[in-house]
Amino acid sequence: MPETNLITDIGLNHYLVLSVVLFSLGMAGVLLRRNLIVLLMCIELMLNAVNISFVAFSKFNGKIDGQVMVFFVMTIAAAEAAVGLALAVSIFKRFKEVNIRFFEHLKG
Amino acid sequence: MLNHELLIAILLLSPVVGFLLNGLRFRSKNYMLAGSIATAAVVVSFVCSVLLFLQLLDADAEHRRLAVSFFEWIAVDKFKINAGFVVDQISVIMILIITGVGSLIHLFSIGYMHHDKGVTKYFAYLNLFIFNMLILVLGDSLLTMFVGWEGVGLCSYLLIGFWFTDSAKAAAGMKAFVTNRIGDAAFIIGMFVLFVTFGTLNMHELNALAPTVLDSSWMGAVTIGTMLLFIGATGKSAQIPLYVWLPDAMAGPTPVSALIHAATMVTAGVYMIVRLDPIFIMAPNTMMVIAIVGASTAVLAATIGLTQFDIKKVLAYSTVSQLGYMFLAVGVGAFGAGMFHLMTHAFFKALMFLGSGSVIHGMHEEQDIRKMGGLKKYMPITHFTFLLGWLAIIGMPPFAGFFSKDEILWQAFSSPRGHWLLWLAGVLGAVLTAFYMTRLMALTFWGKSRIDKSVHPHESGLSMTIPLMVLALLSVIGGWIGIPHVIGSALGNIPNMWEHWLEPLITKIPAVAGEGVEHGDSSLEIILMVVSVVLAGLSAISAYVMYTKKEGSSAKVAKAFGPAYELVNKKYLVDEAYFAGIINPLVNLSRNLWYYIDVNFIDKATFKIADVANGGGSFVKALQNGNMQQYAMYIGVGVVVVLSFVLMR
Repeated sequence: MPETNLITDIGLNHYLVLSVVLFSLGMAGVLLRRNLIVLLMCIELMLNAVNISFVAFSKFNGKIDGQVMVFFVMTIAAAEAAVGLALAVSIFKRFKEVNIRFFEHLKG
Repeated sequence: MLNHELLIAILLLSPVVGFLLNGLRFRSKNYMLAGSIATAAVVVSFVCSVLLFLQLLDADAEHRRLAVSFFEWIAVDKFKINAGFVVDQISVIMILIITGVGSLIHLFSIGYMHHDKGVTKYFAYLNLFIFNMLILVLGDSLLTMFVGWEGVGLCSYLLIGFWFTDSAKAAAGMKAFVTNRIGDAAFIIGMFVLFVTFGTLNMHELNALAPTVLDSSWMGAVTIGTMLLFIGATGKSAQIPLYVWLPDAMAGPTPVSALIHAATMVTAGVYMIVRLDPIFIMAPNTMMVIAIVGASTAVLAATIGLTQFDIKKVLAYSTVSQLGYMFLAVGVGAFGAGMFHLMTHAFFKALMFLGSGSVIHGMHEEQDIRKMGGLKKYMPITHFTFLLGWLAIIGMPPFAGFFSKDEILWQAFSSPRGHWLLWLAGVLGAVLTAFYMTRLMALTFWGKSRIDKSVHPHESGLSMTIPLMVLALLSVIGGWIGIPHVIGSALGNIPNMWEHWLEPLITKIPAVAGEGVEHGDSSLEIILMVVSVVLAGLSAISAYVMYTKKEGSSAKVAKAFGPAYELVNKKYLVDEAYFAGIINPLVNLSRNLWYYIDVNFIDKATFKIADVANGGGSFVKALQNGNMQQYAMYIGVGVVVVLSFVLMR
């Protein structure tokens, strides 16, 4: 096995670490932030973190499947953003603010 | 000729059609349309009855039984009940009375009820009643009969409480219903006993099995079963101790009193016993009780009748008394005589009730006979027809009541199960009947007018007087089909058509040597007949003198009897005794059970359990607070937990 330089030779693990960091950031945002727009952005961040690991696996395993999956995820993300923004707009119309706590009104 | 199955179907369904046609548009106030539909429905039934009667006449005596089974109603193992109906010698008489008298009363109602707001509903109820009554008399098993038995009870309740906005009238309906329930419960248990004993409820089969009965002691199954059925009959037919509902039932419209509480429904008990006569004969103890109860009711109700001032109450007690006669008859084994009196009574009592309805109508809803008098002048037709009814009920020959009442009295005396005491009670009842009926006539129609100046009595219209005239005619000639042998042979061989007609279905009491009187003893029969007629006649004359010629003498007589009069006037305080002895303790017990058991024990215990569940729930409830980020965290934590569990393994 040839010796690898952790700094110069970028391998699979680098991508996965990046993915985990981004995913955790997104998740923390989703759990902690109150602004709906920021929340949507954080969800987007989580999805894209997953996309990175998909692409990385695809590249290092020599299979195209992961990249195909990324297209699906992007499509879903677009749809999700459309719905989420629509909700944000309607919440804003009703309460003049886009705070997540207004969704508590939907409690049964 | 139409076949009998179709005829029976039309007979039964015609009133149902009438009921639906009127019942589905019950808000209508068009009395002429409602009345025409209802009357036509019953007339159709009457025509069917007549056709069925003609078919029976055509058949020879042994085959006079038209049976039909429409479908299998209940089948559980050996317990099989068909929706089967039988027209035979007994039931054909009943359906002729029900539909015949029923049509006349429907016709009368058109005039009587024309100003009422609920007239369409009223006619719907009447038709429903006719249907149930037909089921009752035609049903071939006790259970089918019971369906009608309950159905007529329901209609009776609905019609007694017809003017339910008056709470006294609604209460009267409830009283009738509840009192009947007591009898009906006994009736059901009686059916159980008979089913367990004989394995069938079909009346034809029951009667055929009757001779197999061996144990006819007090504790024998047949005695218990028949006794329970008889208790059912005391409820429906207003005998001691359950007669109290019938006088109150007069709260209903008067034609209802005529149809249900005089001519048809209240005779159901008598009819039931006549239907099952072979079974009842096997229970001599039951028969004795029936005879004693019948005779006591006849006398007791007649004494109360002496003191009442409400025209319908007098007639109601008279009905109770006359039903007592019918039970006396069946109790001594004179089933034919009981049915005969049932028929003649249906004619003259329906006539008198309708007559009283005509009076009440003409007097603008006045029912107190102290405020009447001299109505003869204003209401000639009502008076004349009522007069004929009066002659019939006090048993004057040759009116209908004479033949049937005399037959009962003679049988009470001469039957192997009769007794001279029963005869004496019967004669006493007849004397009292003659007195109070004459009193009623005198206070209502004769003597001086005591009518309030503001009331202008008038004769009723044709729709009301025609039924009166037809019934009056029947009250006169209705008895001639059952002329006793002693008179028949004296007048030149007039046969007793009634006895001949019923003979195949009426079981004779087996004669016991040394008991009872030979039926050939005609001189004795004539003597007894003359005695009762003369006594009744004298009683009627004295009442006539007392209430028309010597005014105020009745008050003196009442004073002379003092507390006894008061007691009778208050109906022997029977209602009060029932309240003090049964109803109030029961209500108090229920109230205590409610308060101490239900509220303080059961309710509290369940509330405690509910509190525990509530407390547990409120803890878990905090988890679901609508905060979506918390939900998202649950998901995250869940994923971590599951993943770590999977990876650790």
